[in-house]
Amino acid sequence: MTERVGFFTDTTLCIGCKACEVACKEWNHVPDDGLNFLGQSYDNTGELGASTWRHVAFIEQTKPIDIEGNGSAGDVRWLMSSDVCKHCTHAACLEVCPTGALFRTEFGTVVVQQDVCNGCGYCVPACPFGVIDQREGDGRVWKCTLCYDRIGVALEPACAKACPTKSIQFGPLDELRTQARERVGELHERGVTEARLYGDDPSDGVGGMGAFFLLLDDPEVYGLPPDPVVTTRDLAAMWKAAGAAALAMGAAVVVSVFGGRG
Amino acid sequence: MKQTRAREQAMVPRAEPRTYYDRPVLKKPVWKWYIPAYFFTGGMAGASATLSFAARLRGNDRLARRASLISLAGIAASPVFLIADLGRPDRFYNMLRVAKPTSPMSMGTWLISLFGPATGAAALSDVTGVLPGAGRLAEAVAAVLGPGVSTYTAVLTADTAIPAWHEAWRELPIVFAGGSAASAGAAAVLVTPAADAAPARRLVALGTSMELAAERAMVQRLGDLAEPYRSGQASSPVKAAKGLLRAGALLVSLGSHRRPWLARTGAVATLAGVALTRWSIFKAGFESAEDPRFTVQPQRERLSRERASASEPM
Repeated sequence: MTERVGFFTDTTLCIGCKACEVACKEWNHVPDDGLNFLGQSYDNTGELGASTWRHVAFIEQTKPIDIEGNGSAGDVRWLMSSDVCKHCTHAACLEVCPTGALFRTEFGTVVVQQDVCNGCGYCVPACPFGVIDQREGDGRVWKCTLCYDRIGVALEPACAKACPTKSIQFGPLDELRTQARERVGELHERGVTEARLYGDDPSDGVGGMGAFFLLLDDPEVYGLPPDPVVTTRDLAAMWKAAGAAALAMGAAVVVSVFGGRG
Repeated sequence: MKQTRAREQAMVPRAEPRTYYDRPVLKKPVWKWYIPAYFFTGGMAGASATLSFAARLRGNDRLARRASLISLAGIAASPVFLIADLGRPDRFYNMLRVAKPTSPMSMGTWLISLFGPATGAAALSDVTGVLPGAGRLAEAVAAVLGPGVSTYTAVLTADTAIPAWHEAWRELPIVFAGGSAASAGAAAVLVTPAADAAPARRLVALGTSMELAAERAMVQRLGDLAEPYRSGQASSPVKAAKGLLRAGALLVSLGSHRRPWLARTGAVATLAGVALTRWSIFKAGFESAEDPRFTVQPQRERLSRERASASEPM
């Protein structure tokens, strides 16, 4: 395997331009995901899905802001964040896929082989982030590939390339993690004490995310689960419980047949 | 979510979890009604195979043959449902590309790929009288695999991020095992002469008790996460299923060989109750995926517990 790569999305730099959403659709030929007016701030995309591989969330909060001691900048603060597939170290979608269509690439990313997927849909409820989904009219599941075709020829993914503020950074995951920790330290020094990383910790419930974030509030405010856990972590215990239940069923049959007259 | 566990009322009322415009964190499953229909037919097929072999050993050939044919019918219907549910049904054979222990669906595919032919061979040999030795062997293989076929689907359901499914992983296999046993017994009661159907009647009672007890334990353990089972769209099917199961088991027990019609009425109620339970568990999962509070609140509480225990002096 070559070096594991990923995304570091620094949401403090996001200006909500949605260039990432557009660049992703253009490059990957992702079809239209609906021309909707959601009435949820500037977010008319809504969520990640089969035809939405980057999604910019907009959160409006009433909160007095004091930037570096320069006085108040108003009472409303905007949080903007470009969400994407997390390319988990322990990826539930990949683990439950019965066809092997979902696989781990040489870059440590998680990709669907569209010529293999038969649309069984198991990965959809398995993902703790609600990322992967079945495309209507197509039947197969789709999600971010971390631009597998581009990174294979040493290009950065389309979203990172298009991002005008370097909110989306692409690179070797180890380097990104170091940079991200420095950035958090810097923000804390500047008084932005709420800055925190999400998904950078290899000891979290998904073994660390290949795409992680710098956030300014709790993850759930951005629509992210606060403590995601790969469902297969309990799989051995689940099989044991099913084994015990199977034995109990066998015992019920034996008792019914041999435990009475006739 | 409502406070459902009055005895465990927190000292301070819990804050409503924060969400992003109340949008779901998870994707709801894309599975259609075929999946709970398969849970029913597959479960019944598994338990019927075991019932058939046990009845054969006891010398009750009439019951054995009927249970064997029920098993065959159930497992023959199963792939039809499973393939119909695929987004690309013409690619169903891709299920046989790999064998993945981390995917209960992959394990289940291989399980029913062995179970189906064994059940078919057993029934064919029994009905035609050809190769009786091989037929008995196939019967034994199907009888051993049967309980696995009936219960792996609980692991398949629980091995997801859906809170009302995943957190039910301890009890769900017993719910499915009990329901499968009850439905196998009920189907056999329907088609077996009453004088030979006593074991099937007892199986209805035992299976129903298993299912009802396990479901009760499941809802208790789930606590707040059980709300979709208690008060949502799935709650009326849950109540109806319980009523049907109780009435079914009672009628089957009362209807001995002297009143076969009573037992058969009970058997129909049992089959309906088992099918409805599968349906309601399926629907409860959808509801639990659509409400972000079911995802966020337990995770938030887990984090605060972890932080609290980490900050305690050693």
